[in-house]
Amino acid sequence: MTKRYFVPLLVVTAAMFAYAPILIANAPYESTMGLVQKIFYFHVPSWFAMFTAVFICGIQSAIYLFRGRAASDRVAAAAGELAVVFGLLGLVTGPLWGRKSWGVWWQWDARLTIALLLELTFIAYLLVRKYGGPGSEKLAAAVGIFGMANVPFLYMSVNIWRTIHPPTSVVPTLPAGMPGPFWFSVAAFMLLLTILMTLRVRQEHQRAALDELYLALEE
Amino acid sequence: MLRRACLVLFSAVGSVAALAAQQPPGQGGFVPIEQLPPSEQLPSAPLLVAAYAFVWVALMVYVWSVWRRLGKVEAELRALEQKTRK
Amino acid sequence: MGQFLNVALLVLRKDVAIEVKSREILYTTLFFAVSCVLVFAFALVKEGRVVEDASAGILWIAVAFAGTLALGRTFERERYGETLRALLLAPAPRAAIYVGKLLGIVLLLAVAEVALVPLVALLFGAAFFARPLLLAGLLASGTIGFAAVGTLFAAMLVRSRSRDVMLPILLYPITVPVIIAGVRGTVAIAQAAPDEAVAAMWIGLLAAFDVVFVTLALWTFEPLMTE
Repeated sequence: MTKRYFVPLLVVTAAMFAYAPILIANAPYESTMGLVQKIFYFHVPSWFAMFTAVFICGIQSAIYLFRGRAASDRVAAAAGELAVVFGLLGLVTGPLWGRKSWGVWWQWDARLTIALLLELTFIAYLLVRKYGGPGSEKLAAAVGIFGMANVPFLYMSVNIWRTIHPPTSVVPTLPAGMPGPFWFSVAAFMLLLTILMTLRVRQEHQRAALDELYLALEE
Repeated sequence: MLRRACLVLFSAVGSVAALAAQQPPGQGGFVPIEQLPPSEQLPSAPLLVAAYAFVWVALMVYVWSVWRRLGKVEAELRALEQKTRK
Repeated sequence: MGQFLNVALLVLRKDVAIEVKSREILYTTLFFAVSCVLVFAFALVKEGRVVEDASAGILWIAVAFAGTLALGRTFERERYGETLRALLLAPAPRAAIYVGKLLGIVLLLAVAEVALVPLVALLFGAAFFARPLLLAGLLASGTIGFAAVGTLFAAMLVRSRSRDVMLPILLYPITVPVIIAGVRGTVAIAQAAPDEAVAAMWIGLLAAFDVVFVTLALWTFEPLMTE
């Protein structure tokens, strides 16, 4: 299935990423933050992608743990890695934006803290997969599930506590001219996530096939 | 025991430093850029460029890394299949 | 349900009995916690007084680190005696074993906290006892949340290769929300004009965390412990 759609998807994604800067440059300036607010068009979609990856990882981890489907474990591994990558993008673009609009690189408020923790959780996920020794897939699956369970706390944190970070109500109420580039960027990032997942899962699949071949040879 | 205690103590100092470095929130809300004193005003462009550049570079590096790993595994698979066919 | 509770209490009684006899984990955990507190005291003292609000942080970090140590030791003991396999082979619901272990850890940490809280309050002049009930609620819900995640991970890691290093790596990112809530709540209690509403809010959050993660742990304990 994936092979057929892969190249067209790749082309579309590349095109979207090429076109995005044009859209973003033409988007209206935000009144108080000016130019630096344009980081928003990459920052928020990065986090959307990260959350999606976290949910994929968590759900596939649960399926692997309870049903034993090896394919789910592979998808979870890919999703976990992508969660770290997209989270890193968000964690770097955020302070670059914040340095300008808040005056500080970092602030220990609720959303930033929990975002950092989520990233650390999934780095721990990758560490467990790599260094946990035999049977580490199940450990990693547990980490993935618990990491996913933390996400609602993250999402609600900004709405419950007054913090320096813009609340979640910003997106639905974007002023005219901004939703277009924003949702375009979201779509681009989601496509990118899909493409990278496909590649990565394929790699995991091939590695598993390789391991099986080695085992079969030894007999 | 000593090893564990050392590791834990090491993390302790790091975490405590982070906790103690809590600053009070800089400002209540957004302050329009004109109202900030000139010393506080940073040029936006370098930050914006840095952000986009980082995103591009990081994604390229990652894509390259996945591509390379995929290539390695597939090469190994092909080599193995050739060997078994002999 | 009755059998579930029976098994859990049996596991708890076993652990308590062993601990009462040797007191190894209790003493080492307590001593470690006290050393932690002293290290932080020296690290954070400025002009003879500790940085403001640091006392709350010190308390919770000491609990967290002591808890990690106690978790490691408890399951190390199980692994050494090879009793974990026996426990798992027993015709008892696995989740009950988890609950028994959880209660044991919570009890141990509670004893440690009974010693730690007055000590920290004394050393740093913190007004922890301004609202003793709220403080107890904070500590209880926080300890349960921390122990819930910790017991699961420690049990998972018993057979893993690098278990010593893995437990803190896995545990801290997931339980830092507990620490944050605990510290902020304790600060609210210990400040000059105790803010009861804020402390109650943090207790509420901790309770939600506890419910979610204990449920998750109960649910995943069985598949995790099977080979």
